[in-house]
Amino acid sequence: MTPLQHYLILATVLFFIGGWGVLARRNIILIIMCIELMLNAINIALVAFSNYSPHGAGLGEVFVFFVFALAAAEVAIGLAVAIAQYRLREKLGVDELHDMRG
Amino acid sequence: MKAAVVLIPVLPLVSFMVTLLLGKRYFGEKSHYLPVASVAVSWLLCMFLLVQVERGQTLDWNAYSWIAVGGFQVDIGFLVDELAAVMLLVVSTVGLMVHVYSIGYMHGDQGYYRFFAYLNLFMFSMFMLVLANNYLLLYVFWEAVGLCSFLLISFWFPKLSASAAGTKAFLVNRVGDFGFSLGVMLIFITFGTLSYAGVFDSETAVGGGMMTAICLLLFTGAVGKSAQFPLHVWLPDAMEGPTPVSSLIHAATMVNAGVYMVARSSPLFAESETAMLVVAITGGFTAIFAASIGLVQNDIKKVLAYSTVSQLGYMFLALGVGAWAAGMFHLVSHGFFKGLLFLCSGSVIHALSGEQDMRRMGGLKSKTKITYWTFIIGALAISGAPGFAGFFSKDSILAGVFHEGYYLLWAVGIVTAFLTAFYMFRLIFMTFHGEPRTDPEVFAHAHESPPSMTAPLIILAVPSALIGLILGLPPEDGHIDNLLHHVFAGVLPAEGGHGFGAVSALLMALSATIGLGGIFAAWQFYIKRPQLPEMVKARTGAMYYILYNKYWVDEIYAAVIVNPVKWFSGVLWRFVDDAGIDGFVNGAARFFRGVGKALRPTQSGRLQAYLFTMFIGALALLAAWVLLQTGQG
Repeated sequence: MTPLQHYLILATVLFFIGGWGVLARRNIILIIMCIELMLNAINIALVAFSNYSPHGAGLGEVFVFFVFALAAAEVAIGLAVAIAQYRLREKLGVDELHDMRG
Repeated sequence: MKAAVVLIPVLPLVSFMVTLLLGKRYFGEKSHYLPVASVAVSWLLCMFLLVQVERGQTLDWNAYSWIAVGGFQVDIGFLVDELAAVMLLVVSTVGLMVHVYSIGYMHGDQGYYRFFAYLNLFMFSMFMLVLANNYLLLYVFWEAVGLCSFLLISFWFPKLSASAAGTKAFLVNRVGDFGFSLGVMLIFITFGTLSYAGVFDSETAVGGGMMTAICLLLFTGAVGKSAQFPLHVWLPDAMEGPTPVSSLIHAATMVNAGVYMVARSSPLFAESETAMLVVAITGGFTAIFAASIGLVQNDIKKVLAYSTVSQLGYMFLALGVGAWAAGMFHLVSHGFFKGLLFLCSGSVIHALSGEQDMRRMGGLKSKTKITYWTFIIGALAISGAPGFAGFFSKDSILAGVFHEGYYLLWAVGIVTAFLTAFYMFRLIFMTFHGEPRTDPEVFAHAHESPPSMTAPLIILAVPSALIGLILGLPPEDGHIDNLLHHVFAGVLPAEGGHGFGAVSALLMALSATIGLGGIFAAWQFYIKRPQLPEMVKARTGAMYYILYNKYWVDEIYAAVIVNPVKWFSGVLWRFVDDAGIDGFVNGAARFFRGVGKALRPTQSGRLQAYLFTMFIGALALLAAWVLLQTGQG
């Protein structure tokens, strides 16, 4: 059986790749995709913990379903915002969208 | 009787409320119907009360328990005795006449309804002041008549001088009222009650010093309200108000409230010789002081105003020497003839389209016959011409002062009597006799006033001429003396009056001569030899200058009190308010604005900068947690 650590390493790597993408990417679409990547990294960790825990059979999966639902909603809203933004400004770079600065 | 007592003040109050609320929209030119009717009914009821009191029926009735806190018990209570009845006679009669007179005088004024409403409010307050049976109620309505006085002096408030005069009257009265309120508090502390009956019949042993303090504080209030030196300065300025107001409030009724209050408190004052002496000296000094100013004033109403101050001084002089009934007698006769004189002066002003300067009058005799003759009656009354009202009342004062042994004050009174006759007839001669010095066009339009104004003159002329005969005969034992004897019985010497002897007759003859002498002197000055006034003016330059400038009392107050207060207020304004309080508030605002400015760059609007910060923060927290865990482990 694959040790738990392998899953966790994979999840961590994925999480940081996503995190790096969120911080470094300028395009909203790509940032949203990177957020998905981070969420999925968490999902992997949850499922792994669930499998390896003596009491947690199925509990991690339940969480994962919640995360799916949340991610779907987030993408739906995020993409809608992105499209609206594009229609309004013809821009999608977050560094160009700073009307809210103090 | 109780119903009458309640209705007397309540009718004008109701009329006041109705007129003030509905007058502008619904009554307009007819605003006077209800006020005049209400005061007329009140007058009838007052006469009814007077008759009842004449029959020996008095009433001390606590109608309603107003404040009852522990030992502090104040009622809305009414006291109808001889003193109150005499006051009601003056207040209601002059009040009714002034109401009628105002129909003509205020005709066409924008604030017609407002004027009558205020007059009604005044009548209500004055009736309550007179009828009150305890000091707190007296104090409340004392302030209420002050308010009415303020409202009516500054009735033509768009005129700056009028609103300033109203403010001045209010502020100067505040000085006196402050003393009065302290006096009322002291009475409560000393006697544990505020009702007249409770205070006067009290068994409490009161030290002489305490009694003097109480009396002097009460007298401070009287000095303010009755315009005695040194608080007389507001009354001449109060002439800015419409003339009916000057007549009703500032001659016949409200200014008498001080005299009434001192007379009412006679059992207290009689306990303190010091206070009595202060009252007498203040009164005597004010009498001659104001009369001397009245000699050289040129504004017809100012002359009458100083005359009022002077006559009120007479009343205090009488009260101060213990001639209580004489003081009240003079109050009554003065109320009638001074009310009349003011209404007459209003009629003159009306005839000359608002002219008040006597140097631009003259020759009005033929134009305004009724005003002229009633004015003559009033002037004879105040000058003490034999037979007229002032003759008996003034004589009984002077006789009282003489018999009590205050010879210096008596001399002051005699000189004042001379001055009074002189300035009154100076006024008459300058106004009605000689060549008209008016603008010819104005003079051509000069006309007698409408009947609504002349009728009150004629009616008031009757008591001015006759009330002395009715109330004052025989001298010093007349009707009014007998009537008021019940009130002042406790404070009069037990052996009764000194009787009317040869000395009294001599005094009477002397005061009559003095009065007629004053009239004769005025005739010499202003009819026979018109160059005389200028000569005297030149000869006594400094004296004339001092009198003309009213002893600079106003200027002294301005320099000693008003300007320092203004200066100090300026300091407080600039340094405490602007710099201190505003500085603190503005400083707080400036502090937060500065902090905000400093922190503004962090709110850059760059999403990823925020995220990065969050990320670093999260890592830092995690690191700290891990370190702590390992440290503990």
